[in-house]
Amino acid sequence: MNSQRLVQGNEACAHGALYAGCTFFGGYPITPSTEIMEILAHELPARGHVFIQMEDEIASISSVIGAAWGGAKAMTATSGPGFSLMQESIGYASITQTPCVIVNCQRWGPSTGQPTKAAQGDVMQAIWGTHGDHPVIVLTASNVREVFEMTVKSFNFAEQYRVPVVLLLDEVLAHMRENIHWPQPGEIHVVDRHRPDELHGFKPFAGASFLPFGAGARFHVTGMAHGPGGFAVTDDAAGRELRRMMDKIHDHVRELTTAQSHKLDDADVAIVSYGITSRPALAAVEQLRRQGVRAGLLDLKTLWPFPDHLIDDVADQVEQIFVPELNLGQLVREVGRAAGGCCEVYPINRVDGHLLTPDQIVQSVTTQTSRYPGGAVTA
Amino acid sequence: MSDSYRSFLRPAQLPHVWCPGCGNGTIVRAMLEAVEDLGLPKDDVAVISGIGCSGRTTTILDFNTMHTTHGRALAFAAGVKLANPKLKVIVVMGDGDSSAIGGNHLIHACRRNLDLTALIFNNAIYGLTGGQQAPTTPAGKRSTTSTLGSIDQPFDLVKLCLGAGAGFVARSTSFDHQNLASLIRRAIEYPGFAVVDILTACPTYFGRMNDVGEPYDMLGYLRDTTQPLDPFVETSFDDAPYDTPVQAEDLPPLPIGLFRDEPRPDYGTLYQSRIAASAQKGKKK
Repeated sequence: MNSQRLVQGNEACAHGALYAGCTFFGGYPITPSTEIMEILAHELPARGHVFIQMEDEIASISSVIGAAWGGAKAMTATSGPGFSLMQESIGYASITQTPCVIVNCQRWGPSTGQPTKAAQGDVMQAIWGTHGDHPVIVLTASNVREVFEMTVKSFNFAEQYRVPVVLLLDEVLAHMRENIHWPQPGEIHVVDRHRPDELHGFKPFAGASFLPFGAGARFHVTGMAHGPGGFAVTDDAAGRELRRMMDKIHDHVRELTTAQSHKLDDADVAIVSYGITSRPALAAVEQLRRQGVRAGLLDLKTLWPFPDHLIDDVADQVEQIFVPELNLGQLVREVGRAAGGCCEVYPINRVDGHLLTPDQIVQSVTTQTSRYPGGAVTA
Repeated sequence: MSDSYRSFLRPAQLPHVWCPGCGNGTIVRAMLEAVEDLGLPKDDVAVISGIGCSGRTTTILDFNTMHTTHGRALAFAAGVKLANPKLKVIVVMGDGDSSAIGGNHLIHACRRNLDLTALIFNNAIYGLTGGQQAPTTPAGKRSTTSTLGSIDQPFDLVKLCLGAGAGFVARSTSFDHQNLASLIRRAIEYPGFAVVDILTACPTYFGRMNDVGEPYDMLGYLRDTTQPLDPFVETSFDDAPYDTPVQAEDLPPLPIGLFRDEPRPDYGTLYQSRIAASAQKGKKK
């Protein structure tokens, strides 16, 4: 098989899911994510696996969580309005430590907004969207090849940490086509959930071991605060369990961090970007270098847990960090917090439905201005 | 009457949370007797519940159990069943749970015909939140959010499910234990989506707010406001006048029994045929 293919971002996502061993997709049509669903509607039954079109996004994510407990590697894909509808059940997946993947092809919002225009406005919703403190992992990608890889990684993290993983794409990445190296079997590591060695006395919520229904250990799954055995607890025990669930993610931030740096070694100015915006950011770095500005790029693929350690290093080194985003300033606040006053942090924002251009980023860097009303973000 | 149903309970999770006089315990007992009658191994049964008084059912049952979010039990159950078709999946919901917040999932489950058994614990009121009006509260009946009597036309869940295309639709009450156990057994045996609307007694809220009396009187209310039909003969019933809200007292007793039991290919069977067709198509390439 030719290892090069011209594919769309959504196509790479669907095939990344199959590569990772996805056996269940439950979804509802929504622009600009629908191709993921259409491809899996064909490919999953062809492999003897399950595809189902549910009645809405709430049913979609609920079926995905049910399928995980039925033993499937399960996912759904949606966009802003559907992602908002899924929030309650994403919290359920967090507290029940259910491995599952939610792809959100971001579009301009709020509300119906501009369904065919790209945005990065769902970052905070992906991290904090459901009520209560809760563990979640948020990943992103900036090119079609990365969409494939990060989809596999989303499943891997979901399996390994027993947590819902949100993969944030956007309308442009979802629909653009690139000629990519098509991963061959065995090329990308695939993680499967850890089965307990011993069924007797198995505590379903004590750790990383996961057992589906019907595997011989009957237990209770509930969205109420519960202990390692699965039954409701209150007070100290509830607080302890919540802290343990949060720690299982935040104690492993280094293992969960994926990022790429470009020309940061001698940089005085850093651009910290993610997703589709890392493309104009990369071009902007080259342009700034040609103009004599020692600029570098930190391209984050893991947005949550937030890689404070990477920002620490950059903030110690550079005078200024710029954070370009297709929103009015979301991840910039995390960057500002992590920089801890060691350097200035400026947002660069665009919210008209179009991508930031390299020129816009260069201009913002050279004039140190921003359309963000607050100006520099400091911790 | 045998006490062997107790072997399906989780003793450490007892006592349950339900009020004295609540009908839910009677329904659970009937359900467990049906499971026992059918000889289903505990490991092969999954019970999925929503939120509300009925949602607490799963805590006390020694099966694979899942207490999900409000209204979504059927959607969770769809995933469980499709991922592991060997499991016998029983879905326990309340009336507000299944027909207000979960109404969309209920009608789509009826038309989709996955092999699930849906038991609706219908007490005609929101119990766990303290007695608010439900979509099933009879017209004129009082609740904390309809203190002068409900002016909403209630859902008849049997008609709703028949209209939405369910292949097995029945109704019983927590007063009618024997028939209830038989109907639940038949619903579990039905190879497709089966729904049983089970009118249950809530003396604490529905009974108190509507001057029904003691728990014993609440059972009498269930008896007197329903009309038992032969539960083993398919039947139809006349449409109640729906053009204006009708006071509950003006309606004839609500028919209970088996309203539809029509075998038809279930979703899982049809899906397997699609997998086979897909494999065949792949070979031709």
